[in-house]
Amino acid sequence: MIASAGLDMADERRLLDSPCNDIDETPEEHMPIEIPKDKWPGNIRSITIGATSAEGGTRAKAVTVGGGTTMPYLQFEAPTTNKPVIAIEIKSRKPDDWSPLLAEVWGEAMNDPAQWAKKAQEAGADLIVLALTVEDSVEDAVKVVKSVLSATGLPLIVWGPGQMEKDNELLVPISEAAKGEKLVLGICEDKNYRTIVATAMANGHLVQARAPMDVNLSKQLNILISDMGMPKDRILMDPTTGALGYGIEYGYSVMERLRLAALQGDAMTQFPMIVTPGFEAWKTKESKVGEGVPEAWGDWITRAIHWETITALSLVESGADIIVLRHPESVNRIKEAVEELITA
Amino acid sequence: MALSGIQIYKMLPQTNCKECGFPTCLAFAMKLAAKQVELGTCPYVSEESKKQLAESAAPPIRLITLKANGTELKVGNEVVMFRHEKTFYNKPGLFLRVKASDPDLAKKIAAANAYKVSYVGMEFTLDGFAIEADGDLTAAVKTVRSATRHPLILIANDAALLDSSLSLLAGEGTLIYAADSSNYEALAEVAKKHKAALVVKADSLDDLADLTQKVQTKGMEEIVLDLGGKNLGEWLMRSTQARRLALKNFKPLGYPTIFFAAQNGPAKEAVYAAQAIAKYAGFVVLDTFAPEMIYPLLVLRENIYTDPQKPIQVQPGVYEINSPKPESPVLVTTNFSITYFAVANEVEGSGLPAWLVVTDAEGMSVLTAWAAGKFDAERIAKAIKGFNVADKVSRKRIVLPGHVAVLSGEVEEELPGWEVRVGPREAVDLPAFMKQALN
Ligand code: B12
Ligand code: SF4
Repeated sequence: MIASAGLDMADERRLLDSPCNDIDETPEEHMPIEIPKDKWPGNIRSITIGATSAEGGTRAKAVTVGGGTTMPYLQFEAPTTNKPVIAIEIKSRKPDDWSPLLAEVWGEAMNDPAQWAKKAQEAGADLIVLALTVEDSVEDAVKVVKSVLSATGLPLIVWGPGQMEKDNELLVPISEAAKGEKLVLGICEDKNYRTIVATAMANGHLVQARAPMDVNLSKQLNILISDMGMPKDRILMDPTTGALGYGIEYGYSVMERLRLAALQGDAMTQFPMIVTPGFEAWKTKESKVGEGVPEAWGDWITRAIHWETITALSLVESGADIIVLRHPESVNRIKEAVEELITA
Repeated sequence: MALSGIQIYKMLPQTNCKECGFPTCLAFAMKLAAKQVELGTCPYVSEESKKQLAESAAPPIRLITLKANGTELKVGNEVVMFRHEKTFYNKPGLFLRVKASDPDLAKKIAAANAYKVSYVGMEFTLDGFAIEADGDLTAAVKTVRSATRHPLILIANDAALLDSSLSLLAGEGTLIYAADSSNYEALAEVAKKHKAALVVKADSLDDLADLTQKVQTKGMEEIVLDLGGKNLGEWLMRSTQARRLALKNFKPLGYPTIFFAAQNGPAKEAVYAAQAIAKYAGFVVLDTFAPEMIYPLLVLRENIYTDPQKPIQVQPGVYEINSPKPESPVLVTTNFSITYFAVANEVEGSGLPAWLVVTDAEGMSVLTAWAAGKFDAERIAKAIKGFNVADKVSRKRIVLPGHVAVLSGEVEEELPGWEVRVGPREAVDLPAFMKQALN
């Protein structure tokens, strides 16, 4: 059943005993069917990323996500509040381990994060994710963040290289240098969140809180972060993404459960979700490798894009609010899908 | 809805005659509720009770079985809205639509029918073909049937034509697409005559429910629903509504659904099909035969329909890859299927011999198991000793996954006399590593 985090046995019993659906009888023939609708006491928070000049930043436009009051896209219960948005992931240095297919599509721009960010905007990004690397010095990192900020008016998410000490070393000065921009800083995990949260709090930014595919761990990390005094409208929840074929089903179900818990009224799960299908899907052999693979895998580039798109779409269906992608064609397809989902 | 033992007891003769082998009718009823005996064991159940019990035991979404000569596809019988509530049971059938008028029909079917792909040790294929009667349907059925053993969907609305076509498919369970309010009587007759299942379509759930009830009164129960809907969003809502109603035992919609993935063009086909797979479709019909699209869709279907309670695992043990010799390296991994096959396929593809030691990590991936304490130096050493690996090799050398490089010191301590090497992080890089670093 709805095994949401933090609900005790009694709560769970109550849920089991009183389904939220408000129909219990089979309608008579010829009567219009009464469509069962869920009525939820809770909703996802609406959260805004990026600040315009009026708000103390330099972004052309802020992006607001979340606000959901139903399971994803059930317009017959309530219209979708904010549509999910697409972020494109770029790196501070040209990555040498990305698929050649990505190198091909981004071309020269990969050598210059500002150019890359511009191209990402043209490709339809609503947000930019800038991922730093371990080779970046503090000066490099601050410079690259500034250049990306001036290259586009899109709100920015900055990820550290993913090594505790280096993350903190780079993110703190970036946070200070971009004070007031309402960046998202990440990635906070249970072993490393304090420094990032503290600097985000001090400089008006948001944080991305990642827990390894577990409702209770997500909730716990969100509690730890709020307990430091971080306002609740500045936390994004990252449930951890698995790629299609490599664990997607776990993330898919954890996201559905987080959304259900949030709608049930569990305040510590009511944050919009950010997912990383681009990162995960392009790690798989199916996307990375073109030669020496089974013939039954078909054409490489088309397959790779399907891999990213299908991974992303499944996460859209299970409640993602920010979808971080890598290939422009996947961006197109997911944007089109989202449009159809919200205009039904 | 399943009945309780007490409810069932009320429908039994209550004579406690013991012929069923139980001391009382109540005891029998309890066993029946627990599905541990068959109703038929009691000779005295009234016809009325039998009917009621059968109805209550019927799943909220009817199981529809399509059959051909030698293959069978079961769809329906689902019991939950979300996979974490229990699991999704019967994977949606993936069908390829072909046109009767297509001059290349035989070739197309042959290619698609031969399609096979393996994913973590399982082999997947398409489930069948849908033939559109835009030309000579009976001729097309003959052509298709001689090229494939998979079940068929016939897309036609002319009852006489369907009758003659289905006569060519005697003994099979075919699906007819589709009956609407104008032709359901004739189509239901044909379907019944040939033991075929029948798709029913209408523009709203109200009309659809109305129509399925009319089809039911014709004695047809093998029904599949086409929910209509103009785009992804509308179909998602209808599919959710139909599933909810069905799970609440609303019988007129208690059937699996069919979805045409290319209805808004081939560019959207993959995304449409992906949503349908995740969101309750029973049959998904594709128009494009493209391995690069079908493979990810088959994987998605497998992932969504995996029982969330049990990760797919392989047996712990020593796997011999490419006939290893005593001097071949020993690679260590976990028994999560996805992990095992990622590694085994790479090594196999490289042609290089190796002993692959699969530890019992309770079906978890390398990092998950490491984080959960199920893949540590102690467990690795236990596997090496327990599987007597030392007896198989002349050179005691093991390779750890790059992701758990931190374990190498402890493994050295646990396995004195063994050389411990750290391999690459991703299995894709194993062949190169084996060639360059292991000699
Ligand atoms: C799916 C998943 C789960 C699933 C379990 C899936 C399973 N059956 O294992 C669930 C949700 C249950 C889960 C749980 C947990 N998880 Co988890 N999970 C993942 C996830 C998303 C994918 C893992 C996966 O399937 N990878 C695919 C397989 C094929 O990868 P692999 O086994 O590593 O194999 C590859 C390589 O290692 C290499 N390889 C394998 N063997 C060998 C051998 C040799 C010799 C060589 C050279 C190479 C090699 O080849 C393979 C392909 O390249 C990852 C994050 C991510 N996106 O990667 C987190 C992750 C592994 N989980 C993590 C954690 C912490 C946990 C939990 C402890 C937390 C929790 N939720 O309670 C639990 C532990 C489980 C428990 N207590 O019961 C962390 C580990 C952090 C760390 N670095 O220590 C990760 C990295 C997420 C994160 N970033 O925090 N998890
Ligand atoms: S055989 Fe039937 S009537 Fe007799 S005890 Fe068993 S259940 Fe009761």
